[in-house]
Amino acid sequence: MHRIISTFTSSNPIRNAFFSSIRNPSPSFLCGSSWLGARIKGSRSFSGESSGRESLEYDVVIVGAGPAGLSAAIRLKQLCQERSVDLSVCVLEKGSEVGAHIISGNVFEPRALDELIPNWKSEGAPIEVPVSSDKFLLLTKGQALPLPSPFNNKGNYVISLSQVVRWLACKAEEIGVEIYPGFAASEIIYDNNQKVVGVGTNDMGVAKDGSKRETFQPGVELKGRVTLLAEGCRGSLSEKIIRDHKLRDKGQGQHQTYALGIKEVWEIEEVKHKPGSVLHTVGWPLDSKTYGGSFLYHMKDRQIALGLVVALDYHNPYLSPFDEFQVSNFVKGNFDFCSYTPHTLSKNSRTIRLSSHFLEGGTVLEYVAFTHANAMPIQSIPFPVFPGGAIIGCSAGYVNVPKIKGTHTAMKSGMLAAEATFRVLAEGDPMETYWDSLKKSWVWEELHKARNYRPAFKFGLLPGLAFSALERYIFRGRVPLTLKHGKPDHEATEVASLHEPIQYPKPDGIVSFDVPTSLYRSNTNHEHDQPVHLRLKDPAIPELVNLPLYAGPESRYCPARVYEYVANEHNAPKLQINAQNCLHCKACDIKDPRQNIEWTVPEGGGGPGYTAM
Amino acid sequence: MKIMVAVKRVVDYAVKIRVKADKSGVETSNVKMSMNPFCEIAVEEALRIRESGAASEVVAVSVGPAQCADTLRTALAMGADRAIHVDSGALAPLLPLSVAKILKALAETERPGLMILGKQAIDDDCNQTGQMVAGLLKWPQGTFASKVLLDKEKQVATVEREVDGGLETLSLDLPAVITTDLRLNQPRYATLPNIMKAKSKVIKKVSLEELNVEIKSDLEVVQVTEPPKRKAGVILSSVDELIDKLKNEARVL
Repeated sequence: MHRIISTFTSSNPIRNAFFSSIRNPSPSFLCGSSWLGARIKGSRSFSGESSGRESLEYDVVIVGAGPAGLSAAIRLKQLCQERSVDLSVCVLEKGSEVGAHIISGNVFEPRALDELIPNWKSEGAPIEVPVSSDKFLLLTKGQALPLPSPFNNKGNYVISLSQVVRWLACKAEEIGVEIYPGFAASEIIYDNNQKVVGVGTNDMGVAKDGSKRETFQPGVELKGRVTLLAEGCRGSLSEKIIRDHKLRDKGQGQHQTYALGIKEVWEIEEVKHKPGSVLHTVGWPLDSKTYGGSFLYHMKDRQIALGLVVALDYHNPYLSPFDEFQVSNFVKGNFDFCSYTPHTLSKNSRTIRLSSHFLEGGTVLEYVAFTHANAMPIQSIPFPVFPGGAIIGCSAGYVNVPKIKGTHTAMKSGMLAAEATFRVLAEGDPMETYWDSLKKSWVWEELHKARNYRPAFKFGLLPGLAFSALERYIFRGRVPLTLKHGKPDHEATEVASLHEPIQYPKPDGIVSFDVPTSLYRSNTNHEHDQPVHLRLKDPAIPELVNLPLYAGPESRYCPARVYEYVANEHNAPKLQINAQNCLHCKACDIKDPRQNIEWTVPEGGGGPGYTAM
Repeated sequence: MKIMVAVKRVVDYAVKIRVKADKSGVETSNVKMSMNPFCEIAVEEALRIRESGAASEVVAVSVGPAQCADTLRTALAMGADRAIHVDSGALAPLLPLSVAKILKALAETERPGLMILGKQAIDDDCNQTGQMVAGLLKWPQGTFASKVLLDKEKQVATVEREVDGGLETLSLDLPAVITTDLRLNQPRYATLPNIMKAKSKVIKKVSLEELNVEIKSDLEVVQVTEPPKRKAGVILSSVDELIDKLKNEARVL
């Protein structure tokens, strides 16, 4: 083995890239000759010494090419242009391309984008369908009651967030940001003072049993003077940092609660399509103790986004959010959405046969499942700054739950972090100024006003709605108290003996589908010969606890049927993990009763491949 | 010796494709595109031959619209030395004979000792380009290669081919054309540092006029439709019923 240790000294914070290479005995890995980059920065660094991996240096490393990550990257480069400073910015993305792992409803409030790229319209942003109507229905088993819409969607747009993020990535690359899709950041790199100095990517080409395959490539270290984590909801690295640095305690103290969203994008008949129509429902098919609701948005090109969001603090272990969604699709067909006059449903709503298919004649384009932080940030936000960087976007959790919007706040959090980062690198300020600017921004003001909506629902659907009405029209967030959440999601699951199994109807293949069909539509794929990325902290717990006490809830809440209990050779049920199906939604990491399942990031480039989400 | 590898940008293999509403083709806008898997195998083989010392340079070539540059960057990131992009602009995707004529023109300028292609593209499944190029250049061809051994001194390539009856071994005098089959090798991952380096490598752009190639096709795609939906099966209760169905309904007896 021939190794080169590089040492550099310079005081010039100019962008540099230096490669130090290590000859790898594997014949398939040919590395270029080592060469020292021209302009070097920073302090003495020993590359590849302890880890044996290549090391690349940037001023800022951002994990995640989503709305928050890209907004931060763009804002940084804008500041560089304004102040004539040069900072190198690198964005890592685990999806095979930018936008592949992006999902959201999405009714978009352009507030943050107006600040970031004011002329987004002329720059060709795929934000073209303004909200034309906004309806809100309370569904019961037999009726649909229109309620006044609690959202003020005037000036907002119905978009596909995946498309908008792709456009943002183009803008970012134009301005000099380097984006690398297909690379998963799997570990945090610390220096000797426990300061985060970067991230490391996954080794590629590791076989299922852990041995190196023919195509093995070791991961790479990306060192940044500042590291921003923008991994999305329940990001694997963010969760580690939050735990290790006790950021929840430093913040507002409460745990985060989540919701699982299942969504399909359909292409429907021209005559039924009304671009800009927005519909939200609460109530059926979820019971009064389960928070959630469905949505139906008309995008452009005859496409509609249709989905169901189920809060993960539900109690019944027999609940399957995927099947609830399929059942609710029966209902959507029964409403005349062109004029929004609801028909009365039959008493046996779970076995309903459709009379007028809204979805008839349409085809499903894509299917997705995702979790989003559902709690009120004011109560649950962790302190987003750690030594060496910050957490931005949904990894920290800035969703405005009553508005059901989190994109604009995620983007703004990224922009504020970029400004703080710039101050850190150019002026030597501490990163904590990010927290201060966040609290002074409209993000905090908005979230503070909305802080009591979600916790009120722990009292049930109707009390929650009643309280929401009071909040919306009378109190407007000025109530001096701040409600606390109920139990954390994984503790909320009650034992199976307290509940009855739910008999879900078989999918009809027209408006409701089974999991394999839906999964096929998500373009999900992983290299199959790799270690299972869903780790069980104690491999005995599923058969000892999950199955007997909770009837194996993971086999129901996972929207990709990754978890299955199959009989082994002794006819005893054993948990089988079909990791290849994984949609990266993190529901298992959140909902497992004993928190035994840990979602780690698989080989980069795998996972779903969304385009229209 | 130079090796020329032709690569094609196709719809990614994991994507669920749809037919366009006007039935003129498959929906390719807003769909993930990547390098044809067989072309990846071709690039990998070229790189291995270069690493073994039998060749000095690997040149990646692609014919298509501007976005082909991304595919060529992937080839560069895997380790190709140079890349050439023949820009077909807004023309409809070129059919194999046109592509073969273009590759012939490029081979006459670049003078490679070996041309490697994927056996077929996963979008049209034509399996024609490699064979046509060999025919136009009057070079020997070894298609469906599952093993390639190059003898530098004798300038001979020994190619083991997967044919219907089993394996066939051919000895080809260079220059020759080889098309790759699935079991030839496992393509390497492009590492992050290599992708970064590839971003700054130059891709030579060549226009169709410069090559002076006649690309007008005699073929026209009339219609593209999805295959008919599979009908449900029928469970029969007796052999007599089976014979009756085969005779009267399926009319095969």
